[in-house]
Amino acid sequence: MRFWKYSTPQNFYPAAKKIAAVFFVLALCFGIPGLYIGFFVAPTDHQQGEAYRIIFIHVPAAWMSMFIYVVMAFWAAVGLILNTRLSSMLAQALAPTGALMTFLALWTGAFWGRPTWGTWWVWDARLTSELVLLFLYVGFIALRASIEDPRRADKASAILAIVGVVNVPIIYFSVKWWNTLHQGASVSLTKAPSMASDMLLGMLLMALSFWMYSIAVSMLRVRKIIRDRERNSGWLNN
Amino acid sequence: MKPRQKRLLLIIAVLALVSLAALLVLKAFKSNLVFFYTPTEVVEGKVPVARAFRIGGMVVDGSLQRKQDGVSVSFSVTDTIHAIDVTYEGILPDLFQEGKGVVAQGRLSENGSFIADQVLAKHDENYMPPEAAEALKRAREMKLSE
Amino acid sequence: MEWGSLQNFIDMGGYGLYVWGSYLVTLFAIAIEIFSLREK
Repeated sequence: MRFWKYSTPQNFYPAAKKIAAVFFVLALCFGIPGLYIGFFVAPTDHQQGEAYRIIFIHVPAAWMSMFIYVVMAFWAAVGLILNTRLSSMLAQALAPTGALMTFLALWTGAFWGRPTWGTWWVWDARLTSELVLLFLYVGFIALRASIEDPRRADKASAILAIVGVVNVPIIYFSVKWWNTLHQGASVSLTKAPSMASDMLLGMLLMALSFWMYSIAVSMLRVRKIIRDRERNSGWLNN
Repeated sequence: MKPRQKRLLLIIAVLALVSLAALLVLKAFKSNLVFFYTPTEVVEGKVPVARAFRIGGMVVDGSLQRKQDGVSVSFSVTDTIHAIDVTYEGILPDLFQEGKGVVAQGRLSENGSFIADQVLAKHDENYMPPEAAEALKRAREMKLSE
Repeated sequence: MEWGSLQNFIDMGGYGLYVWGSYLVTLFAIAIEIFSLREK
């Protein structure tokens, strides 16, 4: 298969539509059972009662907020190094979804913290570093918007994206490195998950659903970006 | 001004804004990096004297007392080495429980007790149904009595 | 998980405001994102 064929906007444009459709369907395939398990199978929690059910969107949104940033920085770096237009367009397409996931992680976190911890917000290391992530996404989008020439915007925003990657491990390890109000990870690669299996299954399905959704909307957005940036090149109209 | 210079100015403005925002957050970050101090650190005098700070630990079992007025409470916070008495006027969060984590913000009084103006519950990362928690508790008690 | 009645489900053991406040905002945000990307 000639994989590289898809590395130009012209060839990727129709492919992106198909990818988006497939991943929207996948998002539903994981999301519907995820929500069903989250609300009708997973038991009540011994400490938090029903308030813990926010976990089924909070953790997936928080995971995606970090993961999307790394992927965005990766494509931005590829665009910067190899000078490929499509890579930079992918980075550009990921930023709003990443910002949305960060916002949702913060929002659902506030709505979870209020009834359990007793506060909407504290300046602990986990919450603060997640807020910095939102600033990085918004900064990336604003920087792009302030530069008229898209190729120059690609370069400038790539540098910001790459520098900001430092924040991702800070978010992840903040609960280990410092005293935080936020609890440690329930699910990690180094230890057995400290969650009842139905709760864990619901959360993992929702995380997969958020992942598939993020791919799908990024594909739709990359199409929008291609339409925007290639409108004068002629191939779009025929 | 040429469009080129204008663009450069815009970029500088955006970068300045972003770095300013980051700087502000990092500043808040720095003074809060130690989100709470442990009772041992309080006893050893490693806590700030001039400003309010937070202490964190476990609420000592059986230490929670509600005063006559209905809003004042007192309890002890321990890190299993030292314990600090805390007094607080206000509503405790739902998850506040003896034997569970707590973070209190306030300052030390002259007699060494801690006067809190905010009390937050710190819960752990374990999620399980009440029956499982009950079974775990019973197993732990059996182990202790052996 | 048996809720018994719709009222119990909406109430979420007293945490309805927080649980639904999280889910509805998430749903709303996703709806806006998809709507903003529709192709005419």
